Amino acid sequence: MGSYVPSTEEQRREMLQAIGLSDYRDLYCDVPESMILNRPLDLEEGKSEMEVRNAMAALAAKNTVFKTVLRGAGAYDHYIPSIVKYIPAKEEFLTAYTPYQAEISQGVLQSIFEYQTMIAELTGMDASNASVYDGATAAAEAAAMCRDRKRRVSLISATTHPDVINTVRTYCYGTNDELKVVPMKDGKTDKEALKALLNDGVASFYVQQPNFFGLFEDADELGEIVHAAGAMFVMGCNPIALAIMKTPRDCGADVAVGEGQPLGMPIGFGGPYLGFMATTMKHIRKLPGRIVGETTDHDGNKAYVLSLQAREQHIRREKASSNICSNEALCALTAGLYMATMGPDGMAEVAKQSMAKAHYLEKALCALPGVKVRYDGAFFHEFLLDMPKTAEIEKALMDKGILSGLPVEGGMLWCVTEKVSKETLDEVVSVVKEVLA
Amino acid sequence: MTINPDLKYSRDHEWVKEEDGLFVIGISDFAQDALGDLVFVNLPEVGDAVTAGEAFGDVESVKAVSDLLCPVTGTVAEINEELLDAPEKLNEDPYGAWIIKVENVTASEDLLDAAAYEAFCAEA
Amino acid sequence: MKLIFEKSVKGRKCDILPKLDVEPVALPEGLSREVAPRLPEMSETDVSRHYTELNKQVHGVNCGFYPLGSCTMKYNPRIDEEAAAMEGFTGVHPLAPKSTVRGSLEVLDTLREDLCEITGMDGMTFQPAAGAHGEFTGVLLIKQYHDSKNDAKRTKIIVPDSAHGTNPATAAMCGYQVVNIPSAPDGCVDLEELKKVLGDDTAGLMLTNPNTVGIFDENILEITKLVHEAGGLCYYDGANLNAIMGVVRPGDMGFDCVHLNLHKTFATPHGGGGPGAGAVGCKEFLKPFLPHSAMMEMPGRIQVRAFMGNFLVCVRALAYVMTLGREGIPEASTNAVLNANYLMHKIKGTFTPAFDRICMHEFVLDLSGYEKETGVSALDVAKSLIDYGMHPPTMYFPLIVHEALMLEPTETESIETLDWAADVFRKLYELGKTDPEFMHNAPHHTPIGRPDEVKAARNPIVRYTFA
Repeated sequence: MGSYVPSTEEQRREMLQAIGLSDYRDLYCDVPESMILNRPLDLEEGKSEMEVRNAMAALAAKNTVFKTVLRGAGAYDHYIPSIVKYIPAKEEFLTAYTPYQAEISQGVLQSIFEYQTMIAELTGMDASNASVYDGATAAAEAAAMCRDRKRRVSLISATTHPDVINTVRTYCYGTNDELKVVPMKDGKTDKEALKALLNDGVASFYVQQPNFFGLFEDADELGEIVHAAGAMFVMGCNPIALAIMKTPRDCGADVAVGEGQPLGMPIGFGGPYLGFMATTMKHIRKLPGRIVGETTDHDGNKAYVLSLQAREQHIRREKASSNICSNEALCALTAGLYMATMGPDGMAEVAKQSMAKAHYLEKALCALPGVKVRYDGAFFHEFLLDMPKTAEIEKALMDKGILSGLPVEGGMLWCVTEKVSKETLDEVVSVVKEVLA
Repeated sequence: MTINPDLKYSRDHEWVKEEDGLFVIGISDFAQDALGDLVFVNLPEVGDAVTAGEAFGDVESVKAVSDLLCPVTGTVAEINEELLDAPEKLNEDPYGAWIIKVENVTASEDLLDAAAYEAFCAEA
Repeated sequence: MKLIFEKSVKGRKCDILPKLDVEPVALPEGLSREVAPRLPEMSETDVSRHYTELNKQVHGVNCGFYPLGSCTMKYNPRIDEEAAAMEGFTGVHPLAPKSTVRGSLEVLDTLREDLCEITGMDGMTFQPAAGAHGEFTGVLLIKQYHDSKNDAKRTKIIVPDSAHGTNPATAAMCGYQVVNIPSAPDGCVDLEELKKVLGDDTAGLMLTNPNTVGIFDENILEITKLVHEAGGLCYYDGANLNAIMGVVRPGDMGFDCVHLNLHKTFATPHGGGGPGAGAVGCKEFLKPFLPHSAMMEMPGRIQVRAFMGNFLVCVRALAYVMTLGREGIPEASTNAVLNANYLMHKIKGTFTPAFDRICMHEFVLDLSGYEKETGVSALDVAKSLIDYGMHPPTMYFPLIVHEALMLEPTETESIETLDWAADVFRKLYELGKTDPEFMHNAPHHTPIGRPDEVKAARNPIVRYTFA
């Protein structure tokens, strides 16, 4: 048992005495007696470090770690370079608080400034914040930043990840604003339906690129439709795809957001992940969360600080547009580190390999009897197949140490990353073939 | 601290000048000094209704946000967009840097003349 | 220090991936990016050196005393990091079949049971990613509850003026009008002021106890009773839970829901601003309103982010709770309170505590008198502490104390550190009287001096401009 209290029992008594008390209970003199817990907590006894390690290892062993993961749907199993695992574990980065004291936080601040620059480069936008919780909350915050007094309604495409739609809906429920889901047609946003839903009360439209089914949306066209109605265009992008895909800026987006997990974070049963948000200079003061800015100190040395703080809750209180305080700083550092390690070519290579391998698997599976692609169209590294016996396929692949595509109504949503070799993909195809035979 | 003798003042330290039927509004030297270095101004939009005693915008310093309280009730006719890029003008030239102009004014707070405002500031 | 982009050399790279072993596929016309992102091009040595250099310019809990009030900067045990880095946890897909993630589910179930016991709650969600996110979730529980009763007239949330900024911001994000009530002189809730604003439009009250000046509000049962009688619910901001674990529970104070900052109270590291985890606990009657995930077959109506939450942070918290256990949890709290009182006692006689009485896990110094006398502000003292290797306390908070410095030493500091810290405060107290100028210009031994924040805000430069 340990509580990480360094003072010895004798020292503690010395301290009590120094403040003129005789018993620990006296420290709680303001707590009414009737409220004090008069029994020990119903917890297990504390354990030694070695016991804790063993217990945690035993829990970890109850999970199955698949050697191959062909499931995406918002969590992507990319290769994480070794250095990307080591550096964020450095104790200073790890244990520091928010860099409010700039003089002793230049390292964190500069890393965020660099991250902001890389996100701006990736999205083509002018300015990025220092991160929000995840891609879903980034979408919700983006919808919120687009609202003004007159335009309150948010639109979101039905081709968006269901968790993202739900999260945006919940944030809208909070502020009593309306969210309307724009229907889809053949796996992509229905443009006519979008036009019909737009009016001068609509603040923004959100589309995921590539969308939940892996398909590329006609983003430019959607942007034009949205702008013609005077609303803002928000794109939620896969950051790996952004290495090769037309930038949200070039597609006309006013705000670009996304789930940053593919940039060096493990799938980790859902978190911590990273929400990135970027926008144009025009809207920078509406961007929520922390933003690092460059300035100078009194000697003229370059310095980085948390800037534009008057937007934030600790100053603006109930008038702040978001209550966000803690963000995902260490994940942002990880993402910056990942992008620096991969470089522009390496990032593009991850994107190209994922895409090529996904197409290889799609083609091979579609050659099997009873399997066909549900929606035609260009896709990135995910694709939805209509296929029978999905439970059996999932089970058969699991026996080989492979996590199959995600079973959905009548089919499976598959995802392939650069981690999966051709040999494994061939094995997958033969297992599926056997099940379907 | 300077007080422009030609203007009227609210007790919330805004100044008002009537000019061709429009009410021009800014903040006093006393206000800008108390607020410190201003870094941003949030302005209303032309056509917005404003109400005497209520906020029509706010000004940001590095560590604070303060509401701008409107001394009159009416409609915003013009906003000083120059302040969006150069909020420091409010610090440098508070009586030159107007913030909004209001038309169709239907009500006004009880405003102070320069002498009364000077006395008011002395008490603050 | 040079930016990473200034160190980039065209054509340099790390060798990470094997060659592509299938046919390449090109993006269709019109979908490709026109210009490659200008990401740094570096060798692994470059990358390693760059980040190591940055890391040297960061003050972490491992570097030295970090008495940042209301942030609970306790030591972050390394065994918790080791547990969270286990492949059995990191390598698990959130949408993998349940039968393959039993370990993860057990982590969350065990942690839920333990934290419910510590807080006196009946149910808990781990979906919120941070404290403010937990507040949002908690107040949405209140909102859903009133909605379920078709009680539309409850439009106001009461927040004391001593509250963290996140409280009023959260209430606003949940569509509520914020009613700020002035605190009594000791920072506690003024019962008369509370009674004045309570009514059938009250949706709830947001409160932290001990409060933000480090005092336990002894009227808490009366407060929660009054709110309940008015038909409102009581929300407990868990920011200050580190003072009371195993001694008194929010559930027994009459609170209906609570958020916990696992990255404060349960020792998970703060990572330079996150990730945290903001678990939200509630009483039985609010359980139906806890969030769910569209993708994960969880019941519920709201969802505050994707999947289950910051799971790996929960792994760390569980390892921590396991280590402390039944005796260690209250021992941590008691010693957090003991350390705060001891440090306050040692500083007393120089800087003045805002409230000279037994405090909880943190206390506030009021430097307004000292500032008038010497011209040395709380900011000057805070910046001067940096030169001694100490992270400054929280400055200018809570708003109800002028020239405030708020110190929270936590239980993981030794008596030697506290004695040393008190000595440093004493030295600065004297220095301010003789050489205020020196303190106005502090810190003197850091890579940069005080930055020009006005310049940063007036002309925002938020990214590197490539030549």
